[in-house]
Order: sequence, then C-alpha cells, then structure tokens
Amino acid sequence: MSALVNALDRLAVGIDGFDAIADGGLPLGRTTLVAGTAGSGKTLFGVQFLVSGVERFDQNGVIVTFEEAPRALQQNVLSIGWDLPKHVRDNRIAIVDVSPEPEGATIEAGHFDLTALMARIEHAVNRVNAKRVLLDALGAVFPQLSDNVVIRRELHRIAVGLRRLGVTALMTVERSDEYGAIARFGVEEFVADNVIVMRNQLEAERRRRTIEVLKFRGASHRKGEFSFTIGAPDGITVVPLSSIGSNQPPSGDRVSTGNGELDDMCGGGIFENSIALVSGATGTGKTLMVAEFMKAAVQSRERALLFAFEESRDQLIRNAASWGVDYERAERLGLLRIVCRHPESIGLEDHLVAIKQETEAFGPQRLAIDSMSALERGTSAKAFREFVIGITGHVKAKGMAAMFTNTTAMLVGRETIAETHMSTVTDSIFLLRYVELCGEVRRGIAVLKMRGSQHDRDIREYSIGANGMTIRGPFESVNGILAGAPTRGRITEHDRLSTMFAHSYA
Amino acid sequence: MDYVLTLYVAGQSRLSQDAIGRVETICEDHLCGKYQLEVVDVFEHPDMAEEDKILATPTLVRRLPPPLRRIVGSMSEEQKVLFGLDLVERADPVREPEF
Repeated sequence: MSALVNALDRLAVGIDGFDAIADGGLPLGRTTLVAGTAGSGKTLFGVQFLVSGVERFDQNGVIVTFEEAPRALQQNVLSIGWDLPKHVRDNRIAIVDVSPEPEGATIEAGHFDLTALMARIEHAVNRVNAKRVLLDALGAVFPQLSDNVVIRRELHRIAVGLRRLGVTALMTVERSDEYGAIARFGVEEFVADNVIVMRNQLEAERRRRTIEVLKFRGASHRKGEFSFTIGAPDGITVVPLSSIGSNQPPSGDRVSTGNGELDDMCGGGIFENSIALVSGATGTGKTLMVAEFMKAAVQSRERALLFAFEESRDQLIRNAASWGVDYERAERLGLLRIVCRHPESIGLEDHLVAIKQETEAFGPQRLAIDSMSALERGTSAKAFREFVIGITGHVKAKGMAAMFTNTTAMLVGRETIAETHMSTVTDSIFLLRYVELCGEVRRGIAVLKMRGSQHDRDIREYSIGANGMTIRGPFESVNGILAGAPTRGRITEHDRLSTMFAHSYA
Repeated sequence: MDYVLTLYVAGQSRLSQDAIGRVETICEDHLCGKYQLEVVDVFEHPDMAEEDKILATPTLVRRLPPPLRRIVGSMSEEQKVLFGLDLVERADPVREPEF
C-alpha cells in the first residue's frame, strides 16, 4: 500500500523504522493505543514520540503520567540521553502528574467524573501549544478509584476531548499476556480504532523485542511484528528500516576481491553496491578471502570495515599476517577498522544496530562480516531472516561492496540454513569445498552465482600459502564435488555428448 | 481556624452544585464557624488543580488538620464525608441491629 491511498493524514513519530512500517506515522489528530506487557518499552516509545516531536519536528507535547512520578520518569529516560527537564523548563513539554499520591488516602463519597483531569490536560496543551500528547500507563488510574465502569466512561470522554483539541495522542496500557487480550481493564474498548502492540518475548533463549501495528482504522500500515532495539542515543530503533528506505542505484563498476584469478572467474571482480557470500567448511579459507578483500580495499585507498564474530582480534591479526596482510598497518592508515564481538553477547537486532552505527561512523566503502553463521547460532529462523534482510538493505542503501562468510556444517557438500536464507539476497556466491581425491584432501572453489554478469562455470582447485590463496585450473575429469561425493572418471567429449542426447537416438 | 478545605468542582454542573450545597451544609452543621472553605472551578483555575493533583471532580481537599485527605464524589454519602473529616469513627453508616 502506498501513502497515496491513505484517506488520513499522518504524524511521524520520529522513529524512522516505525514510521516506515506505519506508512508515514500515526493517524493525525487521533488517539492510538500502545499495548504491551511490563517492560516492553511502551513508555519509552511514548516519550520518544514527544522528544522527537520537539527535537526533530518543532512540535511541543504533553505527558500525562499515571504511574511514574515525573521525577522518576525523567530519570528513567536520562540514560538514553533525553533531557526532559530541559524541555520542561523551555516550555516545550508539559507534564500532567496523575501518579498515585504516596500520602493521603482518597475517600469516595458519591458520584464523580474525571473532568478535573481533562481540564488539566487541556490547560497543559494550551499552555505549551502541544501537538502531541502521551497518556502513559492508563491502567494505573484504575486502582486509584473504585468504580471501573465510571473510569472507562470517563477515559472515553478524555479520548473524545483530545480529538476536539486536535492533538495526536498515544495512550499506553499494560497487558498481561503477549498474545492475550489487548489490554487490561477493557481499556481498548474506547480507543480501539488504532492499536500498536509491543512485545518482549523469549525466543530460542534470547530476548526479542517486537512492535506491531495491529490496526489503524481506515489507514494503511505494514502487517506483522518487526524487531526493535532500545539503546542510547537513538532510543527505539525498529530494525528492518533500511530494507524499506531508498537504495543506491545498482552500479556497473567493479571492485577487486583481492584475488586476481577470482576476479577473472567472476568476470572482472564483484560489483560495487553488491554482496558476496563466501560459503565453505571450516578451514577452507573464508577468513583468508576476507583478508584479501580488505587488503584490496586498502591498496585502492578505500575504507574497509571488518566485523569478526569467530576470532579474537589477536588471532585475526596473526592469521592475516601469515597470508601477507598487515591489518595493524591498515588501521594506522585509517583505512581499516576491525570490530570483534562475541556473537551471543547481545541479540541479533542489537548486532544489526551496532553494525549500522559503526558504518555510519566510519563510512566504509567495503564491509565484511565473518561469519554470518556465527551470528545465526541460537537464533530463530525468523529473527535471522530479518537480520539478513536488514543488513543487506543497509549495504544497498549505503552502496558498499560487502563480503559475508558462512561456515557450512559439513566438511564436504551440502548447505546450512544461513545459506538458504542468504542465497536469494546476495549478489554473488563463492563456494569453497574440500575435495577428496585418491586419499588426498584438496580444495575447490566455484562461482555459483554472479548477478548481472557472466562468470566462470568451472570448479577450480586452489591452495593456501604465504601469499594467500592461489587459484589454479579446473578439476579435470572429476564429478560430484558440489554434492560432496567426487568421482574420478575420464569422460571424453564424445561420450558426454552421446549421454546427453542418448534419448534422441532411441 | 481548625479546618482548611478546598472543594474542586467542574463548572456549574448539577454534580458541582450538589457537592457545594452538601459540603456547606456539613460544615455549618458540624464545624460551626471553625472552618475556611474555598470553592475552585477547575475550568477557571486548572493550574490550582494541577498543583493539588486533582484527578476527579468534585474533590474536597482537607488541608488542615493534617493528614492531607481527599474526598471524591458528589458528597451524597454523608457518613463517608464526615469520616474523611474525622468527625465520625467509621465510614459505614451505623445500622440498628435487625431482629
């Protein structure tokens, strides 16, 4: 759905990834419910809505806090780097404090309504000329007063009142289950038009945060759950951001893989703004190919960024040196940056955000990730697919030439899940395989795919030495290498042709 | 002055007028001159409502004597209002035992 068919205008939240899945933002002038379990990030989403309003769109806002006292709320978002007290001092944000009073019990003696609250909200909206309003933790009002029916009716009146004020509002409300009723206390009944659900669930023993636009009445949005991360200084980052954003146009220019023979095999190098996948078993030379790729970048005075998830920095530098690649010198020249991370240390979404932040900061023309399979360990297939889509989208948006490695589980032949997820999004695939011939282990390389270019169809033998990878001629008279069961047999051209067309003689 | 009270109401609604009338009556009957009652319309003074964190209307705030106490509602349940002002021992009306 494109923005053109939207009957409603939108108000950008200021979280790029979210505004993309929401087809532009929240329905303008309406109230949207944000439901989530405790700790799902609702309040942060709401506060970011207001802070972005002030800092990015010059729109002021009002926070109505039902649960946390203003001081606690301000303290909690300070770690992200949001200076709420400053915005309050500058009259950009007003806070209406409805948090429970620690002292002084409330006694109910007859009918009541929440007109006082509405008057306070309206006063605050007028005072700072607010366009955005956050009502945080609506459920916290229920224990303060006994008559839930009255509270629901009154909150409905407030929702109507907000619409009259012309503000775009978010109401956060707690829910008990990730996939149960939308909200506690039946709150969704009066603002059911627009609902966002935030989740924080355990998946394959890792925390995974997602956000979903459940519905926008009369307005388009993307469906399904999207991963997000929380961190300074961006607050909430919704992950598949770059797959939606605009891409650099495909480039016809090529860059070297760092290996002349391999460049020849793929018709003159890999394209700028493309992704090459190097797939092979352990010890076949994937990290070496990355080293050569990095070296080629440095030689042509381009910046290269290497993410290593399998080896420590020392190991990496030592190994590269054994192939004649001096990583430390390249770093001193400011042309290389190496980031070593433990794959399990943080979630996949966090890795993706970190990779994006590093590329933004360093501005590399080339990117290498060694390896994707290390990142895939212990994640769900869905989360990994999202990661792959996110990272490929980012590479394309930045116009980088990227090389990713993938370790196959089998020493010979066959593929892993990483390959199946990645093969459709990568532009080139290089296969590295062990070949057992006459009791000897040899190595073979093949260019399986080269999008937009002719390439060598042969499986060539290569060796690894002090000068890196040396690619030789094709394996002659060997079949079944890719299947993992090579057989040697001398087949003449005549024999081959006659088997291919055997049926036509029948 | 023994009692300092503020009654928050919303405009001239029936609820407001009922609450004002009942609070005035209770004060006259039970506090006989030893009180100060201020009636505040939240539409006219939302800043005061903000200051006192008033959520519902009508709300009677007992500033003195301490502790601070809020009584919410139309004040139709007189026993509860009296309890909130520490003028009776219990919030429930005392009923004659039935046989």
